[in-house]
Amino acid sequence: MSNPSNLKYTASHEWVKTEADGSITIGITQHAQELLGDMVFVEAPAAGRKLKAKEECAVVESVKAAADVYAPVSGEVIAANGNLDSAPETINSDPYGAWIFKMKPDSAADVAALLDATAYQAVVDSEAH
Amino acid sequence: MGARPYGLALFYLQKAAMTTLKTTPLNAAHRAMGAKMVDFGGWDMPVNYGSQIDEHHQVRNDVGMFDVCHMRVVDAKGDGVRAFLRYLLANNADKITIPGKALYSAMLRPEGVVIDDLIIYFMTEQWFRIVVNAGTADKDIAWMKEQAATHAPKLTITSRDDLAMVAIQGPNARAKVWEVLPQTKAATENLVNFQAADCGEYFVARTGYTGEDGFEVMLPKEKVEAFWYALSKVGVKPIGLGARDTLRLEAGMNLYGQDMDETVGPLESGLAWTVDLKSERDFIGKAALLANPPTKKLAGLVLLDRGVLRGHQKVKTAHGDGEITSGSFSPTLEKSIALARIPNAVQLGDTVQVEIRDKLLNAKVVKYPFARNGKGLI
Repeated sequence: MSNPSNLKYTASHEWVKTEADGSITIGITQHAQELLGDMVFVEAPAAGRKLKAKEECAVVESVKAAADVYAPVSGEVIAANGNLDSAPETINSDPYGAWIFKMKPDSAADVAALLDATAYQAVVDSEAH
Repeated sequence: MGARPYGLALFYLQKAAMTTLKTTPLNAAHRAMGAKMVDFGGWDMPVNYGSQIDEHHQVRNDVGMFDVCHMRVVDAKGDGVRAFLRYLLANNADKITIPGKALYSAMLRPEGVVIDDLIIYFMTEQWFRIVVNAGTADKDIAWMKEQAATHAPKLTITSRDDLAMVAIQGPNARAKVWEVLPQTKAATENLVNFQAADCGEYFVARTGYTGEDGFEVMLPKEKVEAFWYALSKVGVKPIGLGARDTLRLEAGMNLYGQDMDETVGPLESGLAWTVDLKSERDFIGKAALLANPPTKKLAGLVLLDRGVLRGHQKVKTAHGDGEITSGSFSPTLEKSIALARIPNAVQLGDTVQVEIRDKLLNAKVVKYPFARNGKGLI
């Protein structure tokens, strides 16, 4: 699966989608879910929490490992995906649909500065060696 | 996203660096079957071939096969081999008198700590076969030889590096092995649990590490790839180390290096049932075990709150702190389960708290195994 070109990415394997109202939606990439394997637990941040860029703010756990999810930019959490409580495996089956949380970023410029799909793929490729 | 160093998680998340890792004769077969390969204690091994949870259920409900070539077969041969093992091991080799019968035991240092856990098979009064863990094999053999030099100098202790091993596990495992190796059926269809038959090139044992019926087959290295593909052809699915770990945890089987090691004794590792302290027999480590009664024990935990139990998480109880030794998500129970070393005074049914990140989550102390023979037991 290729990385959708309409999304932004972080080198720590989060994807970021900018919505029409300027808010952003965050999940983990295809590469990340493949590394972790069968997902069994997701802990998302509560709405209202203020985050700094690169702050640990969510945890995804597969059968074999736990991983932190980092805030891609600074801002405030506005929603968490409650559906993942009962169906964490949707991160495996639909990584770019199964969002984890939404934020209102402090600055649209921070979001614009994230990696594009091509630059993110280069990160993935470099990790494979 | 960043990996947390829980238990074996780091092994799993590291891509195998081909240049430095040891490989089994099935390495090419794993890659051809789409395995995700990882560095597992220095071995390039398959962690899964697709969904680890599907592989887990495949073994509980049908049949799967595991590459366990990294484990080491050791043959101890000569007069007095039984007497030597009686002294070497914490369990009593005298318990196995029917040819082929197997015995699970810890091997201890004089200080009463665990060098390894292993299985011995009684074949004849001149020959016992021993199977030891991969990561400990070299130190185990060195220890056995050192002890033999003093106590049984005429014995030969041989590492069978010429042999490979495949575990076929699940309710349909034996039937599938007989389909592929019909010549072994007569000698193996009446084996009871924990008994093996030497069928010439194939040594077939009704043992395993999953809590399911099945066989572990030892055979010449050069034949193992053909055997693996023949099993695949009759519908036996390959299973990775990921599912192997959840299957053994549900079955309540210890993993050396996690649930016990050279810092703890067998009595605080859930292995009291394998340590014979009643007979007159002396064995290495016995005096230390008698002098130091354990204050902790291994217990089962089931998480009551949402989350996943993992190795090294702290357990808070009314009688003091303990620690999780192995924890994961149980695909059979669809809950998180763990083995934990906790104070002796904690009782079955008690609720304890597990520290996970910045939270204290409730877990119930339960009797394990958690699941065997296709069914949850909690």
